[in-house]
Amino acid sequence: MGLRTVLYDWHVAHGARVVDFAGWDMPVQYTTIIDEHSAVRNAAGLFDISHMGRLSFGGADALALIQKIYTNNAATMKDGQVRYGLVCNDQGGIRDDVLVYRWPYGYAMVVNASNRVKIVDWIEASKGSLNFQMQDQTLSTCMIAVQGTKAIEMCQGLTETDPSKLAYYYATPSRYQGNACVVSRTGYTGEDGIEIMVANAVGMQLWEELSKRGAKPCGLGARDTLRLEAAMPLYGHELGEEIDPFQAGLNWAVKLDKGDFRGKEALLRRQNDTSLRRRVGLELKGKRIAREGAVIKANGKPIGAVSSGTHSPTFGKPIAMGYVEPAYQQVGTPLVIDIRGNDEEAVVVAMPFYKRPKT
Amino acid sequence: MVPQNLRFAETHEWVSLEGDVATVGITKFAVEQLTDVVFVELAKLGKQFAAKAAFGQIESVKSVNDLYAPVAGEIIAKNDAVEKDPTLVSADPYGKGWMVKIKMASKIDYDKLLTPQQYETQIATQGH
Repeated sequence: MGLRTVLYDWHVAHGARVVDFAGWDMPVQYTTIIDEHSAVRNAAGLFDISHMGRLSFGGADALALIQKIYTNNAATMKDGQVRYGLVCNDQGGIRDDVLVYRWPYGYAMVVNASNRVKIVDWIEASKGSLNFQMQDQTLSTCMIAVQGTKAIEMCQGLTETDPSKLAYYYATPSRYQGNACVVSRTGYTGEDGIEIMVANAVGMQLWEELSKRGAKPCGLGARDTLRLEAAMPLYGHELGEEIDPFQAGLNWAVKLDKGDFRGKEALLRRQNDTSLRRRVGLELKGKRIAREGAVIKANGKPIGAVSSGTHSPTFGKPIAMGYVEPAYQQVGTPLVIDIRGNDEEAVVVAMPFYKRPKT
Repeated sequence: MVPQNLRFAETHEWVSLEGDVATVGITKFAVEQLTDVVFVELAKLGKQFAAKAAFGQIESVKSVNDLYAPVAGEIIAKNDAVEKDPTLVSADPYGKGWMVKIKMASKIDYDKLLTPQQYETQIATQGH
């Protein structure tokens, strides 16, 4: 048995198929992936993301610690601001992709479930004589995402915070039925929405209220197709210890001028290395899905590999992301993907595949 | 309840027998397990199969699965419509979602298939 969120019994009672994900028993789908995916694009979906790692940092050197292990610049953040960035190893490879939160009293970091222990260990190994306290709040709190075109509207009056007044990539301490919570205007679906963190004791009540308000419970299956359409990288697929942020197209999340941090020296070398494979978006002509590991070819030679692929519910055709050699990264480049021995035609396309209409 | 006039393979294909021709598809249970079927590919007409050999593939958003011939024989007809529109398999697995017709050399394999009662017992234990 894996770790279970406080909503596990609810998931099972509501027909979820449960899979192991990074050591957690998590719902992959309740109805169908396409059904749940469409709910987010057309209304709102509800996700249990309590498996994500939630670390909080206090003390005089909390900022210095974050700066040391994080590629983006936390020093320029305002209170309540949320910023994406990477944790790199000393070779410039990605150990994790994370969100950093700045609070008046310290910082918080949301890390991937699959990397939580690794990142905690990395912080221990990197801290030197820095004076700070770290708390892992993952197992004592619950994290619920409401995402979709109607998510903000649906969350009016839910907490003391008016979500429509919260700027994108900002968060605020709030209250839900008298209980402390954090409301964050962030997500991983390509739609607008919020993520809410509450104590475990309140998680079920919050989840059931959101479900009653009409947010459709969605599993990790839809979370994956949604993030793929939005071309958001997933650790273990687009990101890993051997891949640097420039290869992944995440240059904007690396601030080489902010001062010293782990991986910086290697990144200074790697940023201009044009010999490396880089992440591209791919669209297929046929119906077969190009899945992780499928070899990408040009002129009969292997020139890359697929990192994730799926059937795009929004566009009704297969899409994928992959890493290809420099000569094949231009949008419009025709390529071939070997899917179980069949050469399938594909073309490099711009990312993201799906971008929500500006409101 | 599964249709009582069919026989079943453990790998969730159904067989309807007429003379020495077996019509083959996949069960409603299989469809519910797969969900989100996006691609079906069937072998060419005239191809010979041993029992339990793959005669095609069915792909859902989640995974790719082989389709196994429940009986040995030759493919004498295939349902082009499900290759064009794989959602037919989910919508009507025992009707419009049929896949191939196999001309059997003998009834040996057919007689080994699960009865409706046996198949129901199998899926009851597999559940969700």
